[in-house]
Amino acid sequence: MTEQAAITIDELTENFEFLGDWEQRFTYLLDLGKKLPPMKPEDCNEDTRVHGCQATVFLKEHVTPASNGSPAIIEFDAQADAFLVSGLIAILRIIYNGRTPQQILDTDITGILTKLDLEEHLSPTRRNGLHAMVKRIRALAAAYQ
Amino acid sequence: MNPTVTHPDTSFDVPRVRADFPILATKVHGKPLVYLDNAATSQKPQCVIDAIDDYYRSTNANIHRGVHYLAEKATEAYEGARAKMARFLGADHAHEIIFTRGTTESINLVAQSFGRSTLKPGDEVLITWLEHHSNIVPWQMVCEQTGATLMVVPINDRGELDMNAFESLLTERTKIVAVNHISNALGTINPIKRIIDRAHQAGAVVLIDGAQAAPHLKIDVRALGCDFYALSGHKMYGPTGIGILWGREALLEKMPPYQGGGDMIASVTFQKTVYNNLPYKFEAGTPHICGGIALGVAADYLAAIDYTAMNAHEHALTEYGTQQLSQIEGLRLIGTAAEKVSVLSFTLEGIHPYDMAPVLDREGVAVRTGHHCAQPVMDRFHIPATVRASVAMYNTREDIDALIAALAKVRRMFAGL
Repeated sequence: MTEQAAITIDELTENFEFLGDWEQRFTYLLDLGKKLPPMKPEDCNEDTRVHGCQATVFLKEHVTPASNGSPAIIEFDAQADAFLVSGLIAILRIIYNGRTPQQILDTDITGILTKLDLEEHLSPTRRNGLHAMVKRIRALAAAYQ
Repeated sequence: MNPTVTHPDTSFDVPRVRADFPILATKVHGKPLVYLDNAATSQKPQCVIDAIDDYYRSTNANIHRGVHYLAEKATEAYEGARAKMARFLGADHAHEIIFTRGTTESINLVAQSFGRSTLKPGDEVLITWLEHHSNIVPWQMVCEQTGATLMVVPINDRGELDMNAFESLLTERTKIVAVNHISNALGTINPIKRIIDRAHQAGAVVLIDGAQAAPHLKIDVRALGCDFYALSGHKMYGPTGIGILWGREALLEKMPPYQGGGDMIASVTFQKTVYNNLPYKFEAGTPHICGGIALGVAADYLAAIDYTAMNAHEHALTEYGTQQLSQIEGLRLIGTAAEKVSVLSFTLEGIHPYDMAPVLDREGVAVRTGHHCAQPVMDRFHIPATVRASVAMYNTREDIDALIAALAKVRRMFAGL
């Protein structure tokens, strides 16, 4: 998605800092979720379903394999039926999309989410699947490393 | 409409009850806590908290074994709690009260001991569409082990059992009927007296899952006539990790032990073990002594409550909540049984329950979102989840108003999406 791909994680952090209170940040997150492009219906199936979430979440990766000394590049699409989770997906796409497996594994996801004041969503007890999505992306990166 | 017209609640002194529950003074994100997640677990009165504290300060010892001062004191307190729970349930004997970890373990005990030793291929276990997973899965497991078949009574659009279907599903093949007293997901109060009577006529044994009923209804197993009654301490103002299985003496006597270990034996040699008497036969290992004692205190606390006034108060709150929620555009109440209590389960058009939860939390409102461990109920209404507000005796109209105001905020925040 072009407008999101254009945002860097630094810009996202700045935006979050600019938004003073929880409510504004939450609304921004919902807005990011709303703009998340939907996945193809045929890609939403039991294989791509991310379990461990109250919302229904699907995640499908696209890997450009390593060639001529260039490392593999991983991209993924995901969608959820809850705006909040879609917003979290949008942020994960900003953080991880178009990165190499090594970059993905080196990313301090907890640090970034703490900076964004979103680390509470990483807790497995929140059942929003962010934890499960991060695990899946990292496992994928490890497999292509 | 003024709900006090149908349910006068003037005699129930809510501020006095609230004062017994210290946690209710908590502030959440700077706002007063509005605790409406009572169907998940209730809060604890000071007397229960004191009982837990006092046990470890003045009583702690292992029970039934030592002959020293503390061991006898702890044993007396624990067995005293058993007697209290027998009174709480209207049971004939204290030895019909088995301490368990909670309703789930109680049901598993019956499934694995009674069910596994009596069910045969061709037999049927009859449950309902309203059950919590803990009254579904143990029966599925024992059916798989014994070759028996699980049958399910459907529900109507209001979330009430289809009693005609119950009648036709109940046959001479039905050996066990397991049904909840009150549905955790919808709040429906089931006609269990009728179910028990009909099941007995058909020759079946009846287990009642009383987890949701224990904090709301006066329970009398003798009057109900059921064979097993299961409940959890933590939903009736007692501690977590402790619960009760009440069983009819004659049935319990015939049932094999569920777990092996200490305390459940009379004598052990490598050749043969002779099992202990009731209730110890079913209580292997050192139990949750403190929990049992504190549960007895919770039962005492409830025994001192005027149930008529409490029920009127809780019904009035449930009705008030229903009226207020019904006025919210796009809100769909799930579970509108004629007989229901405590539970207000709902969805809001276009907003996933999961999206509502953080906003409600920021407003200090604690509710449950999800499938409430009752996925078949969600499937029946074609929804993935609901928001569930559930009231207890300490809740007020102001709590309902806070929920309604928080939902208005949810709608404002999602209006542009």
